[in-house]
Amino acid sequence: MIIPILSLAALGISLGLLLGLAARFFKVEGNPLVEELEALLPGSQCGQCGYPGCTGAAQALADGSAPVTLCPPGGRAVVVALAAKLGVDADLSGVKDAVPSIADVREELCIGCTRCYKVCPTDAILGAAKHIHAVFKEACTACGSCVEVCPTEAILLRPVPPPLQSWGWVKPGAVAAANEGVLAA
Amino acid sequence: MTPIAHSPHAHAANSVSRIMATVMLALVPATLFGFWLYGWPAVYLWAVSLLAAIVGEAAMLKFQQRAVKPALLDGSGVLTAWLLALSLPPWAPWWIAVVGSLFAVIVGKQVFGGLGQNVFNPAMAARVMLLISFPLEMTTWIPPMAQLPGMLDSLAVTFGGQQLDAISSASLLGHVKTEFSRGLDLQQALSGHYAPLQALWGQRSGSLGETSALLILLGGVFLIARSIISWHAPVAMLAGVALPALLMSLIAPDHYAGPLVHLLSGGVMLGAFFIATDPVTSPNTAAGQLVFGLGCGLLTYVIRTWGAYPEGVAFAVMLMNAATPIIDRYVKPRIYGRTRKGETLVVEPAKKDVA
Amino acid sequence: MKLFKLRGGVHPEGRKASSADVTIRSLPLPPQLYVPLQQHVGAPAKPVVRVGEQVLAGQLIGAGQGNISAPVHAPTSGRVVAIGDHPSPHPSGLSAATVTIAPDGEARWFESDVPADPFALAPDDIAARVGAAGIVGLGGATFPSAVKLKLSRKSGVDTLIINGGECEPYLTCDDRIMRERAVEIVTGIRLIQLAVGAQRALVGIEDNKPEALAAMRAAAAGTDVQIRAVPAMYPMGWDKQMIQVLLGREVPAEGRSADIGVLVHNVATAWAVQQTLCLGRPLVSRIVTVSGGAVAAPCNLEVPIGTPVQALFDACGGFNTTPARLVLGGPMMGHQLTHTSVPVVKGSSGVLALTQAEIGLTRPAPCIRCATCVRACPVGLLPLEMAARIRSDDLDAAVTLGLKDCIGCGSCSYVCPSSIPLVHYFNYAKSELMAQARSKLKQEATKKLADERGARMERIAREREEAAAARKAAKAAKDAAAKAASTTEVAA
Repeated sequence: MIIPILSLAALGISLGLLLGLAARFFKVEGNPLVEELEALLPGSQCGQCGYPGCTGAAQALADGSAPVTLCPPGGRAVVVALAAKLGVDADLSGVKDAVPSIADVREELCIGCTRCYKVCPTDAILGAAKHIHAVFKEACTACGSCVEVCPTEAILLRPVPPPLQSWGWVKPGAVAAANEGVLAA
Repeated sequence: MTPIAHSPHAHAANSVSRIMATVMLALVPATLFGFWLYGWPAVYLWAVSLLAAIVGEAAMLKFQQRAVKPALLDGSGVLTAWLLALSLPPWAPWWIAVVGSLFAVIVGKQVFGGLGQNVFNPAMAARVMLLISFPLEMTTWIPPMAQLPGMLDSLAVTFGGQQLDAISSASLLGHVKTEFSRGLDLQQALSGHYAPLQALWGQRSGSLGETSALLILLGGVFLIARSIISWHAPVAMLAGVALPALLMSLIAPDHYAGPLVHLLSGGVMLGAFFIATDPVTSPNTAAGQLVFGLGCGLLTYVIRTWGAYPEGVAFAVMLMNAATPIIDRYVKPRIYGRTRKGETLVVEPAKKDVA
Repeated sequence: MKLFKLRGGVHPEGRKASSADVTIRSLPLPPQLYVPLQQHVGAPAKPVVRVGEQVLAGQLIGAGQGNISAPVHAPTSGRVVAIGDHPSPHPSGLSAATVTIAPDGEARWFESDVPADPFALAPDDIAARVGAAGIVGLGGATFPSAVKLKLSRKSGVDTLIINGGECEPYLTCDDRIMRERAVEIVTGIRLIQLAVGAQRALVGIEDNKPEALAAMRAAAAGTDVQIRAVPAMYPMGWDKQMIQVLLGREVPAEGRSADIGVLVHNVATAWAVQQTLCLGRPLVSRIVTVSGGAVAAPCNLEVPIGTPVQALFDACGGFNTTPARLVLGGPMMGHQLTHTSVPVVKGSSGVLALTQAEIGLTRPAPCIRCATCVRACPVGLLPLEMAARIRSDDLDAAVTLGLKDCIGCGSCSYVCPSSIPLVHYFNYAKSELMAQARSKLKQEATKKLADERGARMERIAREREEAAAARKAAKAAKDAAAKAASTTEVAA
């Protein structure tokens, strides 16, 4: 009776010691996770998640205070990538890929104040003081930063029709399964 | 907006219920023979099995709040119960059939998630459960062409719990095993108990629908002809039993029964054509089915010869069911344009200059 | 001649008889033709006409752009009335850039130079003319033919295979064209052979078309074009299946048939090549099968490109019952038409109006792992396993199982006893993977822009700081100098 107790205790103590030592000697400096997470985020620092830029969002993701679904412009792709990195289940039901849109400057209202041009995170707005601004549709991410700063409400996010090439089949049975429970079997 | 229909805009005249119905049709000759051989108790037992499966499955589906009708109409539950009934001793009491059927459709199938999700063949799972739980009822056989009771008297056999001691007899495999334990050799054990022709036709003691090798073979050939099953698993399973039997009987004819005895007794024929071919629990590819069938046969022989049970088909099939995912993982068809390992084919320059 | 063994495949009911025995008719010109600028694989054509312009039949209206593209031509003479979006014959039914022409009914042809002897042309010249005529694979793949010709010549093709398989049920357009225009097809084949320098030319025709086989054999007599009967099965018209059955050679994954010295073209493509090189006619019309249980009088029509599908059904006596589904192409790989205003394009082999009975079961049931799909797959995939992975959103596992080798032939869905939409799962997964790749590209571009902006902002701030520091230093130096001067002054 006494021998097994002792041997198990000795085993526990020595293994615990080993673990403690390992933790000390193989300690990883800093948190590489934050950087890795930031790399997955769009990086446009748009602030739609409510955190100060993508670094702030990555920090919040790493310490678990933000859900993986925090990034509206990232859409499903980012959610899936974040969930895979963090090893959590992503609830994609609430995440909709935002309707593809771009910022549109209404020329009759634009006063050429250059505020939008200064806040655009991707340099998608071309303009100079007292000149009507224009949007590069290839660079615009529809983050909405410019909409907020425009003093004359001249900028709106205008949905763009999806091009034929980006059309895809929907998942079969998505509707039928919910209704009938047949495919769920 | 109605979703856009995807191609193909045509479908083969094929459905799950059609497959199940064809298999049941293939079982009819062997079943009728069993009825004729063992009388009304066998009919009652079969009917009780089917009824219990239908009621049990419906209740289970209701409980899971899933559509009852499509799942019942596919016929898979009925087929499971039918196969189980064929593997029961023909005069077994009614509750054996009920417990077995309920276990098959509920624990064997619905608990896994319903049709197509179960790992083990439900009928064999139920048979094994019954064999372990009720060894006496599951090994009480009646001799063929016994004095058959009438339609009403038979009710007493199936539902009344009438003692069968007076007429019970052993199945051939059980008999051989018992005689071995008494120190007799094979010739003595077989004498008077084994006649190949009778075994082929099916006049022997045994399970309700397992005795007639010929009629089961007929059903199996019908299914192969209708492309419901492929020949791979059955042939491999029969070979898996016959080859070691041949080998061992050549080495020690006094102790080991020959291939014919093994093929024509117990549940090998039914197992090969109707159980090892169960699509849900057998491998996907022809090569995988060969491996699977061979494994079933070999294990059957091993269990029969060296195991504690006289019959091993159900155990063998269940063991191979468990191995099916791993067989499927390693035995895959070669993809066009790739090697078996999935790498792109290399074009041999010689092949190009064909004139 | 020995045929090689095939694997997989299914034998769908042919249902070809109703249209196979009717002679090809010409369709009268509709009031308007809608000619999409993209009817081929690759970059869309760029319009070279303006609204209001008069065009002649065969006149270039859209020029090909880039390496893989094809031009489009006016199907008849008339006036360009619009250049803009029109519903396209795409599975989505979405609109695409289209040139709308109001025919003048005169069918005046555009003057083009017709070579005196097309067989005297240089191979490169043949390819160039085929390219300029806007010829694409008419079997349905719509890959620009000239690109294939050039590539094949470059990689040294030894065998030209002409695909007369036509394995899709209902479709008889290739059957009819072989029966009625065999001589032209054989000329086209010999021209293609000349263009790529292939030693031999084989025509594979399914043995369920004895009349087409006989007509082609008669036309090929005396030439070195060999006609071969191949077993009727689906997907025999898959080019790689045809190569396998005739030559026993296998195209490496992700490769092209040219890699193993083979070029495959469709019979109708060979006919189009002959029309271009012998008559100077670009590809402005094609044979279309109009069939299906709901069509009153199924037949084959020679249709100007851009004709709305409705006109085809009207020409075949309309519907004798309300069709359950309209399909563009064959029933195995074609896609549903959501409306009948979409135009016939170069790749449209048939328009079908099917009844519910013809479509068959659609209600999916659980998979019973019967592996019928495994036996049917001509590629050697495990459709049931891939679909299970995709259903649980594990696309990567499906890719590992060979999703990208799937050709979408639909054999698996066709035979599935549980009516599981297997090929729908695969096409969904493929489009989902493409969407993910696109969104990843977009993200990377965004990140790059944001990084560049960040770097620029930093640089501006730094420069400003440096400028301020420089100013400060300059000021300090000046002050010091002034101070020093004043001190000197004082001292002096």
